[in-house]
Parts: sequence; structure tokens; C-alpha cells
Amino acid sequence: MHPYLDGELDLVRSLEIEEHLVDCQRCAQAYNELRSLHSAVSDTALRFEPPAALRNRVRSALRDENEGTNRSLRLSWRWMIPAMSFAVLVIVALSLLALLNRPSTSDLIAQEIVSSHVRSLMEKHLTDVPSSDQHTVKPWFDGRLDFSPPVKDLASAGFSLVGGRLDYIGNRPVAALVYQHRQHYINVFVWPSTGASDASERALVRQGYNLIHWTNSGMNYWATSDLNLAELQQFVQLLQN
Amino acid sequence: MAQRGSCLQEENKTAQFEAIALPLFGAAYNLARWLVRDDQDAEDVVQEAYLRAFRFFGGYRGGDSRSWLLTIVRNTCYTWLQQNRSRELTEPIEDKLDEVEISTENPETRLMQSLDAQRVRQALEELPIEFREVLIMREMEDLSYKQISTIADLPIGTVMSRLARGRKRLRELLVSRMSKETLN
Repeated sequence: MHPYLDGELDLVRSLEIEEHLVDCQRCAQAYNELRSLHSAVSDTALRFEPPAALRNRVRSALRDENEGTNRSLRLSWRWMIPAMSFAVLVIVALSLLALLNRPSTSDLIAQEIVSSHVRSLMEKHLTDVPSSDQHTVKPWFDGRLDFSPPVKDLASAGFSLVGGRLDYIGNRPVAALVYQHRQHYINVFVWPSTGASDASERALVRQGYNLIHWTNSGMNYWATSDLNLAELQQFVQLLQN
Repeated sequence: MAQRGSCLQEENKTAQFEAIALPLFGAAYNLARWLVRDDQDAEDVVQEAYLRAFRFFGGYRGGDSRSWLLTIVRNTCYTWLQQNRSRELTEPIEDKLDEVEISTENPETRLMQSLDAQRVRQALEELPIEFREVLIMREMEDLSYKQISTIADLPIGTVMSRLARGRKRLRELLVSRMSKETLN
């Protein structure tokens, strides 16, 4: 009867069912109920419409993604020569940038950050020291790292501290501080910065995850989460104050 | 000149992708919202799904774009649920008939009384996800059994049986809630 309702039966069997429904009171009753149920569920009142702003947000995320990854993936032979000259330019530019200690390496770092973040979620290896108490988490890093990461309590703002974890980014051990906001986990990676001055915030999107990066008082910070950018920025503001 | 050409190609890719994927935005959001059952989370998941779809766009060889995109949306929902609410994915779906009171007079009347949007929405949200997803795909998105079997990666027989059992369970939920209400 269900395939008949859904229009998935061939003509012969459909006719058989139709004939049967004329004769059989019980089946007709049952079919009637099925049809009413179908009507009710397919009613447009039950559809969820996407909020207006979401479409634009997705489109701009697509553009970010486009800029970030397309160039490096195109290996068609027609583009070889211009690609190679572009590559030479890129190498020169990167060297200059490296000299100026600008974050071109931060693209690689961003990728490592996302990988570490996802890995921490996948294996449920979120924390080495699970504790919501900053006075437990901060000293735990003593003797495990050659620096002491600042750990803040933001529970009153809805960002609870889940714990801390040792991680490894850019060829060095780093601190990962894990926070939770509703259903979303935020990893904040911290390690000492080698640059001379503080860099202001940069926001990136990688593999659908939002990342925000800044340096402050000699420390590099990378906050990453699947949380939306607005709330992640709010979190970062709280951390920075 | 070649430089400019590669820019055009990227813009072209975006334009092509948007031409195919954006008309399905409503369907994508509706499915995601019914699967993850939260507005904000659905927004995050849809964004993630569209990014993934864009990345995999090279693998789309034309044909049924709805099935292609909704497969990615559904998978992204399940991955997200696995990471964030894995409990919801492991609830068993045997017919718990002893839980649902079907010993009521006039179940047909009760059912008819219960078919307003709010009650139906609530009952749908309570369905186990395996039933909910095929019902949403069939009833709201008007997908064929074949399309559902592609998107949910299930044999057609399983699609049919989940649809039948899902409808039965929905009916039971509606009837039993309705009789509880009338008793009070």
C-alpha cells in the first residue's frame, strides 16, 4: 500500500490495488489514514525555511574557499608556464615575507591547527587534563612546556573550560586550551611568538572551520571551532580582555 | 593573459556551482534542520555541506543534482551528529509497542484530530532519526525511492520498510499523544 501511495507501483499492480480498495472496507479505511498522514507531513507549514542571511554567508564562505585553495590545485598543462612563472613569483614573495616574518607560514599552520582540532574531536582525545578550573589547568603545563599559557575562566559568559591538552604545531609543543559553548568545542592553541610586535586579529575559514589568529604579549593564539564566526569573535574578545 | 584566464575559470566554477547548488538551498536547509533539530546547528551544517560540495564539485558529472547535493548534506549532518551528539545515532529503533499506548477507542478519530502542524511537527521530531530522515525525504522533498536509496545509501527494500515503519510509528505517536490529551 505504501508504494501505491508514493506512486512507485507499476500500472498493473496499481490497478489491482485500486480495485481492491473499492471492495475492501478495512483497507480503504487504512489507506485513507495513510493518505491523511501523508497530507499532514507534506504540508508546507512543516517546512523549515533558511534564514535570509544564511544564503549570503554561505556564498561569501564559498568565495573565501575559492581564493584559498584553487590556485594550488590547478595542474593542467596549459597553465604550466604561467603557473611556473607565478610559482617563481610566489617563491620570491614568500622569501621576502619570511624575511619580514609575516604569516605566510600561517597557511600551513592554519592547516595543522584544523587537523589537530578535528583529531582532538575524533578520537575523543580532547584533553590531557580535564578540568574546568583554570587553577588546575594552568599549572599542569609546568614542566611539560617551556612557557606558561594564560588560562581564563569564561564560564559566566557561556564558554566553559573543558580542560587542557599538549599538542604539536609548527614543529614545537604547544598548549591547547579547550572550551565549550553550547554544543561546540573551541580549541585555543597557544605558544610563544617569535615576532617583534603584536599582530592584530586575522580570521580564516578552513574546511568549514572558523579560525581566528592573533599575537599578544609575546604569545601566538589560534582559536578554532565549528562555531559561527560572530560568536567565535565574541569569545576571542573575551579572551583578549 | 593566461593568468586572467585562470581567474575566469575560478569565477566560472563558482558561478557554475552556485547555479546548480543554490536553488537547492531550501531543500538542503530543511533536511539539515530536521536531522539536527536545532536552528543554529542546522545553519552551521548547511554552510559546511556547501563548502564540501564546492570542493567535490569536480566529481559531479551532471545528472540528478538534488541527489548529489542532498547526499553531501545528509553525510555532513551525520558526521556532525557523530562528533557532537553521538548518543542520538545509537538509539535502537525496534518497535517499542509497550511504550506507546495503542489501547484507545477510536484510533482513527484520534488520528484525524491530531493532524495539525504543531502536533505533527512534535511527533516527527520524536521519531528515531532513521525513520525521520526517510519520511522527510519522501514527504517533504518529494524524492523517489531510488533517490532516497542513493542519498541515504540504503537498499531500496530498506527504504520501503523504514518508510512503512516510520509512518506506522508516527501514527502511533500521534494517536497516543492525542488520547493522553483528551483524557486530561
